[in-house]
Amino acid sequence: MDILLEYLKAFLVGGILCVIGQLLIDITKLTPARILVSFVVAGVILGALDIYEPVIDFAGAGATVPLTGFGNMLAKGMREAIDKDGFIGIFTGGFSACAAGVCAAIVFGFLVSIIFKKTDRTLQE
Amino acid sequence: MNITKKEYKTIAKKHEGTSKLYITLPKTFLIGGFICCIGQFFINLYSYLGLDIEKSGIMTTVTLVFLSALLTGLGLYERIAKHAGAGTLVPVTGFANAVVSPAMEFKSEGLILGTAAKMFVIAGPVIVYGILAAFIYGIIYYITGLFM
Amino acid sequence: MTQGKKGTITLTDNENTVSVHSYAAAVGKMEGDGPLGSYFDYVSKGAQLGEPTWEKSESKLQKYAFDMALRKGQLTREDVSFYFAGDLLNQCTVSAYSARESNIPYLGQYGACSTMAQTLAMAGVFSRGNNSYCAAITSSHFCSAERQFRFPINYGGVRPPTAQWTATAAGCCITGTEDKSPYLSKATIGIVRDMGEKDANNMGAAMAGAAYDSLSRHFDNTNTTPSDYDGIFTGDLGQVGSDILKELFIKEGRDISMVHNDCGLMLYDRNEQDVHAGGSGCGCSASVLCGYILPGVESGKFKRILFAATGALMSTTFVQQGESIPGISHVVEITHERI
Repeated sequence: MDILLEYLKAFLVGGILCVIGQLLIDITKLTPARILVSFVVAGVILGALDIYEPVIDFAGAGATVPLTGFGNMLAKGMREAIDKDGFIGIFTGGFSACAAGVCAAIVFGFLVSIIFKKTDRTLQE
Repeated sequence: MNITKKEYKTIAKKHEGTSKLYITLPKTFLIGGFICCIGQFFINLYSYLGLDIEKSGIMTTVTLVFLSALLTGLGLYERIAKHAGAGTLVPVTGFANAVVSPAMEFKSEGLILGTAAKMFVIAGPVIVYGILAAFIYGIIYYITGLFM
Repeated sequence: MTQGKKGTITLTDNENTVSVHSYAAAVGKMEGDGPLGSYFDYVSKGAQLGEPTWEKSESKLQKYAFDMALRKGQLTREDVSFYFAGDLLNQCTVSAYSARESNIPYLGQYGACSTMAQTLAMAGVFSRGNNSYCAAITSSHFCSAERQFRFPINYGGVRPPTAQWTATAAGCCITGTEDKSPYLSKATIGIVRDMGEKDANNMGAAMAGAAYDSLSRHFDNTNTTPSDYDGIFTGDLGQVGSDILKELFIKEGRDISMVHNDCGLMLYDRNEQDVHAGGSGCGCSASVLCGYILPGVESGKFKRILFAATGALMSTTFVQQGESIPGISHVVEITHERI
């Protein structure tokens, strides 16, 4: 039962975060790029204020998979780097925190662009 | 013309039409939530395989980025996104899609000036503002740390 | 010097005739699957047409339209003395690349989605002035336009309901001075009108004001009313722009809704095909004109129509700089009988 509850919580919180994004698109006419930026910055702020970590404890992937989780990870990584390295941590913290995600995106992005042919979207309607 | 911009704007506004929230929101919720469940599945899987909670989180991100890249390459991500809206935009898979799709699209302009140069044309701002925000937080955290 | 009415040029009168000698439309698969599918001369299996880049695919579509129009009119390239062509891409390059093999004097045209009416009017004027055949060609391509103006094809961005779908299509008219239907009767050149619309995803609203202005001026300059025509075809205002246009005319006391139709709404079945507010792009109005409207005028199904292609004269740079989007619309009057 516990595991089911875990998935349910991830589903609900993740879904709600996405719905907030959709509401911003539909009501405020923010472009997708602006929404992504807002989510990441919001994640950094919530992470800095220690508000986001409890959400992760509650929802697991429901809070880490959306881009707010990415922002939270940046804040957390920054804190850890400064605790460990002091001043230099201000410069290394951000990128070390998001290193895996960005590196994966670059590598897989490059490979996919080499391997796959472009898609003819006019055929998919 | 015998009509002012203001009058025109009122008429234009009337015919604009809005997204039907009762259609978009449930789909966003379901697909966005589902992607997070896939993330939860991988977190559990990697924990089961013996990684600690932090490493399984990182591996989950890498896995989701890989899956999103694959779906983008197959031309399927966009088809799901058409229904999901922000449901595929907000999760980290949306970030990967934003990196992979221009890399594919601009390959015709070469591997350096096309694929590589255009790779972050959409996702770049996310990294720039994410890093900037974290940097500002880092300065604040460092300075407050000096006085505590 | 006898002066014509401002902005309106007469092509066919008592002494001279200007007519469309032949015409052809080439479209992509999605357009072929639409309600007008059976009217087009060529429907491709996909958007690529065997070319490695979308830009070359679009160029090829233009060439197909031109070659077919020549064949249908039993002409060769040597018979054409001027080549007017336009498209949506940077510096009008698709047209230049399709023209480079033609060996015909070339004038590139840009009027965004209004380009078909612009090239047609230009070709008509040159035909009359030079007593020769002129080609008017325009095209657009969903994939090439998308990567220039919006997002990569595989990006899962969200399209708002006011967005329009760029047609993968090309149309070609070859104008001449023969005394035969369809006649190019008059043309009213548009004035750039900026209604203050800033949303690049709502081009219908950016263009409807210009269409209203040009159509009104055409009615005034020719002393006609909407009821004198049995078809008023706007370019690609889509659903949003068409509704705005009709309301503007009702407000003024001239109702065009009985005879109005929009190429962007005719090209696709919006219930079945996911094109949001309708089609757009130079190829949209070009293919509807050459595939559906001109055959209708030639056969007498339409006696007298107005073709008012509309364009949003924007660039991503200006839009990102926060400027509003100017619109334009050129009106060409096409008739079955000499008026």
